[in-house]
Amino acid sequence: MDQFTLNLIVVGFTFAIYIGIAIWARAGTTAEFYAAGQGVHPVLNGMATGADWMSAASFISMAGIIAMAGAGGYQQSAFLMGWTGGYVLLALLLAPYLRKFGKFTVPEFIGDRFYSGGARLVGVICLIVISVTYVIGQMRGVGVTFARFLEVSTDMGLYIGAAIVFAYAVFGGMKGITYTQVAQYVVLIIAYTIPAIFISLNLTGSFLPQLGLIGSYAPSGGDVALLAKLDAVVTELGFTQYTADTTNMFNMILFTMSLMIGTAGLPHVIIRFFTVPKVADARSSAGWALVFIALLYTVAPAVGAMARLNLTTTFWPNAVQGDALAGDAISLEAINTDPSLAWINTWKNTGLLGFEDKNGDGLIQYYNDANPAVAAIAAERGWVGNELTKVDNDMMVLANPEIAALPGWVIALVAAGGLAAALSTAAGLLLAISSAVSHDLIKGSINPNISEKGELLAARISMGGAIVVATYLGLNPPGFAAQVVALAFGLAAATIFPVLMMGIFSKRINKEGAIAGMLAGLVFTAVYIFLYLGWFFVPGTNMYENIPANHFFGISPLSIGTVGAVVNFGVAYVVSMATKAPPQHVVDLIESIRVPKGAGAATGH
Amino acid sequence: MADRTSSSAYWAANVRVILISLVIWFFCSFGLGIILRPALSGIMVGGADLGFWFAQNGSIYVFLVLIFAYAWRMNKLDKEFGVEE
Repeated sequence: MDQFTLNLIVVGFTFAIYIGIAIWARAGTTAEFYAAGQGVHPVLNGMATGADWMSAASFISMAGIIAMAGAGGYQQSAFLMGWTGGYVLLALLLAPYLRKFGKFTVPEFIGDRFYSGGARLVGVICLIVISVTYVIGQMRGVGVTFARFLEVSTDMGLYIGAAIVFAYAVFGGMKGITYTQVAQYVVLIIAYTIPAIFISLNLTGSFLPQLGLIGSYAPSGGDVALLAKLDAVVTELGFTQYTADTTNMFNMILFTMSLMIGTAGLPHVIIRFFTVPKVADARSSAGWALVFIALLYTVAPAVGAMARLNLTTTFWPNAVQGDALAGDAISLEAINTDPSLAWINTWKNTGLLGFEDKNGDGLIQYYNDANPAVAAIAAERGWVGNELTKVDNDMMVLANPEIAALPGWVIALVAAGGLAAALSTAAGLLLAISSAVSHDLIKGSINPNISEKGELLAARISMGGAIVVATYLGLNPPGFAAQVVALAFGLAAATIFPVLMMGIFSKRINKEGAIAGMLAGLVFTAVYIFLYLGWFFVPGTNMYENIPANHFFGISPLSIGTVGAVVNFGVAYVVSMATKAPPQHVVDLIESIRVPKGAGAATGH
Repeated sequence: MADRTSSSAYWAANVRVILISLVIWFFCSFGLGIILRPALSGIMVGGADLGFWFAQNGSIYVFLVLIFAYAWRMNKLDKEFGVEE
């Protein structure tokens, strides 16, 4: 059976499961549509949160981002710590209290706690900006994965993905999405770990990639550590040492913190904790979510380091036993004839890998031609530049099964895993957007007397509308697709997280303080990002070139969310102190969300 | 009135547990993983230096233990103060 048929069967089978779940898990009430009837088991909610959280970027790109980073793999640890450490903040500072509050959306809490429709509206605006920017990347991910594995156009892939999400999100709401995400988690984690285990066995003899990362390099006899070998090989070729320390510790701290508090402030993650039955379940469910996320996130750095070493020794066969430059580079003849190297041409055809024999010697030299010491050796030997002209980050995960010569069904599984990661995150984001529209805008301000049936219909229509908008934006991505992630995390860190935390931990912060704080965090963070990336991301309108030398105090636009959060806290405090304390019924609300007792009765729905 | 004191005592106990947890959270990630890495580069965890290991794997394990320990501790506090569901 050829690879295409296999891919079709495996992907088709997973899609049939998702549709089956959609038929089984139809939502009959708004409570089911918004919060899955608040009856999801904490372990299952943890799994669904894992799939909700881990996007196409986590699944396909993260290992490659770590592996190929110009400043070395250590520098990228911010992603690993940031995207997991946020769950500690969520479990300790937000999830249990918001579950006790017992309603359906994040803006609803902001509106009730700060006794203000205006605060709720600012919350809706922040939520929609964050979630819409995020969902564009997911829709692209669906299209790209389809195109790569199923020989359809990116646009056609996007339509198919949108139709599948439509089936289970419009009819099943949060209930359908939750149980589909559980299935998607299982698919994506199997697809990620199987190739990782094989590459770890090949390179270190260790079954667990986590141990392989700190283990020794087996092909040279096992007397040198994997990371030491990797450091030696990449520095010999003129690249930055893989484990090199950060050159800007302050910025790395702020960046990690931005990702952590941004994670804790992402609305589509927070609403997952509204679905469990009790406050105690919200606490443990955050732990389960991190268990399932950690299964991928502790493997990713191992995949990154191993894939980088594997790639390098493939192009410099002598590096396996000794020094790379003591032998010849890989020859074009070997690439074209050796069956174990067939993947190089396969991936060249996809455009993710590129090479060119610039000096016509029949060999492909891979080195850093910007490094003077290596450039001198290159000049001596008649090389005219690095000949491995492109290695896309995504290749590190996608090509792994072929590099390790795994059977075709594993390759098909990776395709299904990439789609599961993108679809599950897209569905979670779409629910956050549509519930903000139907519950906060329609029920909350436009038509408060809407019937239960009417609101459920409005929720389904909003979901359909959100899918259409997301599909359109996926087909016609604004020019700034790559930068928007920075905006989403920065804004979540600077707006939603501080306002929720103050709402729970302070009785004194009032509506004036909350609104002023959110707006200050929003404007400060957005403006700092726009200074470097262009006003509203329009190319050419940036005031400064986005290079470290231009950054204020060395803070990159990616890291500014932390400062934005501090601005939000500070402004909210000062304004609150200068204005009237919140009324008694709000103080009572705060006291009630702080104790678990009585969650069932307090929902008011 | 008695109920009020006990619920504020419960909240104070909760905040204390949170603060202790956050100190550990900060120390293992920002401390060991970033700030103290140069100072501790001589200590190895297998083939990785301590800071590198905490930044790429170790801190995630600590986060996991922290969340479950917090959930366990709070379940106990809920019972002690009679505020469990």
